[in-house]
Amino acid sequence: MFQRLRENKSAQGTLLAFPTMVWMIALLIIPLLLTLIVSFGRRSPDGGVIYSFSLENYTRLFGYSTDCDNGASACFNPLYVQILWRSLTLAFNTTVLVILMAYPLAYFIARAQPKRRNTFLFLVLIPLWTNFVIRVYAWMMLLRKEGAINLIIGQVAHWLHIPFQPLELLYTPGAVLVGMVYEFLPFMILPIYTSLEKIDNSLYEAAADLGANAVKTFLRVTLPLSMPGVVAGTILVFIPVMGTFIVSDILGGRQVILVGNLIQRQFLDARDPTFGSAASLILMVLTLIVTYFYTRKFGFGEEIVVA
Amino acid sequence: MNPHRRSPLVLVSTILVYFFLYAPIVGLVLYSFNASRANVTFEGFISSFSQRVVTEGSLVKSSPCGPFHWFCELSKNNEVIDAARNTLTIAFVATIISTIIGTMAALALQRYNFRLKPFSQLSLYIPIVIPEIVMGIGILTLFSQFFAWLNATLSLTGESRLTLGLGTVIVSHIAFMVPFVTLVVQARLQGFDKAYEEAAMDLGANEWITFQRVTFPMILPGVLSGALLAFTLSLDDFVITFFTNGPGSTTLPIYVYGLLRRIITPQVNALSTVWIATVFLAVLALQLIQNREAKS
Repeated sequence: MFQRLRENKSAQGTLLAFPTMVWMIALLIIPLLLTLIVSFGRRSPDGGVIYSFSLENYTRLFGYSTDCDNGASACFNPLYVQILWRSLTLAFNTTVLVILMAYPLAYFIARAQPKRRNTFLFLVLIPLWTNFVIRVYAWMMLLRKEGAINLIIGQVAHWLHIPFQPLELLYTPGAVLVGMVYEFLPFMILPIYTSLEKIDNSLYEAAADLGANAVKTFLRVTLPLSMPGVVAGTILVFIPVMGTFIVSDILGGRQVILVGNLIQRQFLDARDPTFGSAASLILMVLTLIVTYFYTRKFGFGEEIVVA
Repeated sequence: MNPHRRSPLVLVSTILVYFFLYAPIVGLVLYSFNASRANVTFEGFISSFSQRVVTEGSLVKSSPCGPFHWFCELSKNNEVIDAARNTLTIAFVATIISTIIGTMAALALQRYNFRLKPFSQLSLYIPIVIPEIVMGIGILTLFSQFFAWLNATLSLTGESRLTLGLGTVIVSHIAFMVPFVTLVVQARLQGFDKAYEEAAMDLGANEWITFQRVTFPMILPGVLSGALLAFTLSLDDFVITFFTNGPGSTTLPIYVYGLLRRIITPQVNALSTVWIATVFLAVLALQLIQNREAKS
C-alpha cells in the first residue's frame, strides 16, 4: 500500500491537503449551507427553528410588513433596508477615509531611509496588535462627555472666554465612523506600503528625466503601481466593517444599528435565528458583489496576505 | 533627485496619522494609573504607599502598590487570570494544529496535482472574502444543531452533555487560521528553487530525507511567520470566539467586552496597558530577530 502511495502523486497531494479540506468543509462550507437552510425556516415559539421553505425572512428584510398602522394587510417597512444601507455607506465612508489617511503614511515609510523603515513600520504594528476591543474602549474613553476631547475643547473655550457645554460625542454616527477608521487603518497602511516599497527608484528617476513634475510622477507612476496595495487594503477594510458589531455596539450605543448588530441580536436577544441567518446571507451576498466588481475592475493583489 | 526627499504635505499628514494612532493608546495607559475608582475623569496618580488601601469617597488615596494599585488589583482578579489562561491555551493549541495542517496543504497545493486542487485553493479565500460574523453564526448553528442531535441520540444528560466550550473555540479558530498559514507558506514555496531538492535526490537522499534536510529548513521562515500570524489572529479574535464560547471558556477580549457594558474601573485600563506592553515587547523582539537575520 505504501508502495502505491509513493508512486501516486495525486493521492499524495490529496492526502496532504486532506486535514485542511476537512476543516474547510466542516467549518466553512457546511455552516454556510446550514445558514441557508435555516434562513428559509420559521421561528418556533421557544426560539428554535421549524424547517420549511418560506421566503418570509427575506421579504421582511426588504421591507414587506404585515404589521401596519392603517389597518392595511401589507405595507412597506423601511427599517431593515435602512440598516443595510447604513452599513454599506458606513463601510464606504470608512474605506475612503482610511485610504486618505493610510496613503501618505505608507508613502512616507516607503520613501524613508531603508534603515528607518522598520522603526516606522513597528509604530504601525503596535496599534494593530493591540486588541480590537481595547481599541474601541480607548475611543469610548476619549469621546465620553468627560473625556479628553471635551476636556481639551472646554479648556480652549475657557481661555477664549466662550461658554461651553460638553458635546455629546459618544453614541453618535460620527463616533462609530471614527472608531471604524481607527480599527482598520493599519490594515490599509501595510498593503499600500508593500506595493509602494516594490517600486524601483529608477522609475522615479526616469520620470524626472522625462520632465515629469512631482504631481505628474505621482499620478502616472506611483499611484498606478500602488493600486494592488490599495485594492488589497480595501478588501481587508470594507468586508470587516460591513460585518463588525462591536464598534457600533460600544460607540453607537443603541443609536447606530448596523447589519452586524441586527444579526447578533437575532441570535442572542431577540432569538430568531431564521431571520438572523437570512440577514447574514444578504450581508455575505452584498460584500461578495462589491468585492467581485471591485476586484474585477482593479485586479486582486497578492498583498492581501501581508497584513 | 533625492529619492528620500519628502514634501511637507506628506510629512504633516504622517505626523497627524501617527498622532491619531497613538493618542487613544496614551490616554488608555494614563487612566490605568487613575486615583479615581469611578474612572470618569483623571484625578491624578495614587501618590503614596501604605499597608492597606486607603480610600476617600471614590478616590484611592494610597495603596500597598502605590501608583500601580490597579495592576495589583488586576493580578488578584481570578476572572482575568482564567480569561488570560483560556486565551493562551486556545491560541497555542490552534496555532500548532493550523500550522501543521496549513503547511501540509501549502505543499500539496504548490507541488502536487490532484482532483480537488482548484476547489481547495478557492475554499481558502472564503474566510477572507466573507464577514467574520457570517462565519461565526454559521459555526454556532452547526454546533448547536449537531450537539442537540448528538445529545439526544446518545441520551446524554447533565454534566456529560456536549456544550460550547474551549474545544469548540479551538476548532473554530483553526478554521479561520489555516487559510492564512497556507497562503503565507505557499508564497514562500513559490520563490523556491527546485534545483536544491533535485541535487539532494541526485546525491541519493530519499523524499523524506530531502524534505527533512532541504525543503523544510528552506520554508521554515515562511512556516514561522505563518504561525505567528495565526497566533496573533487567534489572540485578537473576538467575533468567532463570541459565538462559539461557552461557560468557562471566556477569553480576554470577550471578558473586556463584557466589562464595557457594565461598570468600568481603572482595572480595565490596567489590563489594556499590560496587553499593550506585551505586544510592544513581542513586536520589538521580533524586529530585533529579523534585523539580526538580515545582517547575517
